Amino acid sequence: MKYFHLIWAELMRRKTRTALTLLSIVAAFLLFGLLDGVRESFDQAGNSANGAKRLQTGSRLSFIQPLPMSLNDRIAQVQGVKQVSYANWFGGAYQDPHNQIFSFAVASNYLDLYPEIQVDKAQRKAFDETRTGVLVGAQLMQRFGWKVGQKLPLQSTIFPNSDGSKNWNFDIVGTIAAADKKTGGWYDQMVLLHWKYFDDSNPYNRGQVGWYITEVGDVNQADRVAKAIDAISANSDHESKTQTEAASAANWMKQMADIGLIVGSIMGAVFFTLVLLTGNTMAQAVRERTSELAVLKTIGFPDRSVLMLVLAESVLLLLIGGVVGVALARLMGPIVSAGSRGAINIPPISGHSWALALGLMVAIGLVVGALPAIRAMRLNIVDALAGR
Amino acid sequence: MKKLLSFGRGLLTALALIAGLALWAVAPWPVLVGLAALVALWMLLTRSGQQAASVAGVGISTLRQRLGSSSVVVIGIAGVVAVLVAMLSMAEGYRQTLARTGSADTVLVLRGASAAEVMSTLDLASINVIEQAQGIARGPDGRPLASPETVVAANLPIKGGAPDQDGSVQLRGVGDRAWLVRPQVKIVQGRKFETGKREVVVGSGAQRQFAGLDVGKQIRLGSEQWTVVGVFKSGDAMDSEVWADAEMVAATYRRGASRNAVVAKLTSAKAFKPFKAALAGDPRLQVDVTTTADYFAKQSEGMTTVIRVIGIVVGSIMAIGAVFGALNTMFATVATRAREIATLRAIGFRGLPVVVAVMLETMLLALVGGLIGGVLAWAIFNGYTASTIAGGVGQLTFDFRVTGELLWSGLKWALAIGFVGGLFPALRAATLPVTSALRAL
Repeated sequence: MKYFHLIWAELMRRKTRTALTLLSIVAAFLLFGLLDGVRESFDQAGNSANGAKRLQTGSRLSFIQPLPMSLNDRIAQVQGVKQVSYANWFGGAYQDPHNQIFSFAVASNYLDLYPEIQVDKAQRKAFDETRTGVLVGAQLMQRFGWKVGQKLPLQSTIFPNSDGSKNWNFDIVGTIAAADKKTGGWYDQMVLLHWKYFDDSNPYNRGQVGWYITEVGDVNQADRVAKAIDAISANSDHESKTQTEAASAANWMKQMADIGLIVGSIMGAVFFTLVLLTGNTMAQAVRERTSELAVLKTIGFPDRSVLMLVLAESVLLLLIGGVVGVALARLMGPIVSAGSRGAINIPPISGHSWALALGLMVAIGLVVGALPAIRAMRLNIVDALAGR
Repeated sequence: MKKLLSFGRGLLTALALIAGLALWAVAPWPVLVGLAALVALWMLLTRSGQQAASVAGVGISTLRQRLGSSSVVVIGIAGVVAVLVAMLSMAEGYRQTLARTGSADTVLVLRGASAAEVMSTLDLASINVIEQAQGIARGPDGRPLASPETVVAANLPIKGGAPDQDGSVQLRGVGDRAWLVRPQVKIVQGRKFETGKREVVVGSGAQRQFAGLDVGKQIRLGSEQWTVVGVFKSGDAMDSEVWADAEMVAATYRRGASRNAVVAKLTSAKAFKPFKAALAGDPRLQVDVTTTADYFAKQSEGMTTVIRVIGIVVGSIMAIGAVFGALNTMFATVATRAREIATLRAIGFRGLPVVVAVMLETMLLALVGGLIGGVLAWAIFNGYTASTIAGGVGQLTFDFRVTGELLWSGLKWALAIGFVGGLFPALRAATLPVTSALRAL
């Protein structure tokens, strides 16, 4: 570390070149920060400690096929089940059928199973007491400029109301927010309404349930409980399929797109280019400084120190650019999310992404610095000073 | 004062550059050809043009000595273009697959305010009214070409997935009219299903996506066993579906006599307006009528936009990185050739030919990079098969499509990056003080 000023002087020797190289590195890591955030949010969907404790039971036929209400009490009796709740798709849309909103009709105890969804105590009470009440995700509120206390007209793209029209009226009684911004991107984007109101007003539903959510007391029992739940309706006309929330979310995500592959390919192309570019810069820098390095050796710097000096220079270059890039991604993420009106949700960069980014910076720095550093180490003093 | 002047000049250059890039972004390919022709003419016919050509010739002939640093520009730009074209080809393939599915003279009738076929229901009475509406073409047997269909999402095991890992497939229950309304659907293996039997025909895309969809195999849909008796191909979104007898599907999924949608062929595209008006004015119905072309265009809109936006954001960030890489390389090039350039200017070459020469060299590198990137994207991704959940219902298989249009926009990006990356070093080369540059080592 005592040679830090030397390394710094090396970097500052050609300010334009260093600045331009830094900006390329910033661009690469900005991209890394944004894309890795997207990848993580896909990977993490439902993958929390709570997600492992919750089982989802849907119809084995198809995810749009409802299950009978009678299952509720039978699931509750399965050994190891702590509590059961249920929900339905509502298929809500605001103003235009194509402006779809994640909206679920949920049982009164639904929120008890989701401790990671934050609701203000008074608002929760208001929700429990208002038949037509809905809780709305904080991001949705912002996106459409809704206020607590106003009426909310939604169209259902699936279910007619009691008067045969698709128009439903609700009262916004509170907001919901995800306690953990990293895994809870969805919670900020949804609308929860009462299953009871939905079932009473909708002539087609007749007490049917889209899916059941079961909380198990002990995570290790989850598999056994899932099998026991499915055994209840085996060979009936409403066979069910139970998975942990994490497994079912992962399954959906996989069907949506192979995000890991796409992000991996893009980043591969980006980093390959980056290695080439910074490698070129470092090679130039060492070529220019051949005689200076020879002077260092003459005044007694051992070979290894010279090697370390050059390596440290390239690692430092990448660390500065990389940290600035990831920090920029941290700032830009919310802007991109807001700009796409919630279509693309970029979560804040997790510690895991930071660690990966730092590891990449050091690794790329070492790779890039290796050849020039070895050249510098092997310099023949006499030749170098003579400029040969 | 001098500082102010140079700052003003820099600002003007930057503004002109932004305006030029904006124009460039919307330019069709003849513009490029025209510009190239203009530059060539200028080089052939005017004195300064001839000077520029000779200086550029010298620079390009010495490129081999700067192979390492020049390849940074080429590969950097190739990377940007390859990623950009690949992303856009994904969006394009998805859009085309859905766009091909619809046409202007077939209509889809859904219950009012349904976002997709799966969410709609039509009862028997409504279906009868719709079938008799004005404007529907008649088949050879004199009956209207209208096909009431049941559409459900069914679970099937995914190919290469874990045991018990299911994917969602769109299962369409159809009658005999469906084949007439959709002439593009052709059986390529086996036969059609028989009415009243639990038999299915599968689309070629679905066959690729899900396990066990081979002719003669048994699959489980709902609580019943079905036999796969044929494979069909249509070259559009239908390829990802499984078709079976409407009555059998309705029975399995407890739909009774109701169906999800009616697809009908009109006598012509012109018949759409009166047909729509007739259904809208009928007090017995509450339906939405769209041409299938519109319906599928709407279905693909959101997804296509998202993929395009991601592609352009990623491409832009990469392009910014590539611009700095190109600037770096070209500044180094100008610095190493400072004496050469100063000598040229000392013996009477003006600034413009020097600027043009450096620009041309960068643009040439960018062009090579753009071509490599485009060819790479085309070689790897054209026809690459991917799938996603479409309409929130079933897996849709589609192929990436690297079209000429996309390759052209990739090339535009490459040349723009080359232009920006070459301009400032070129200006520096033209404004180097001759005396100090000649003394430079």
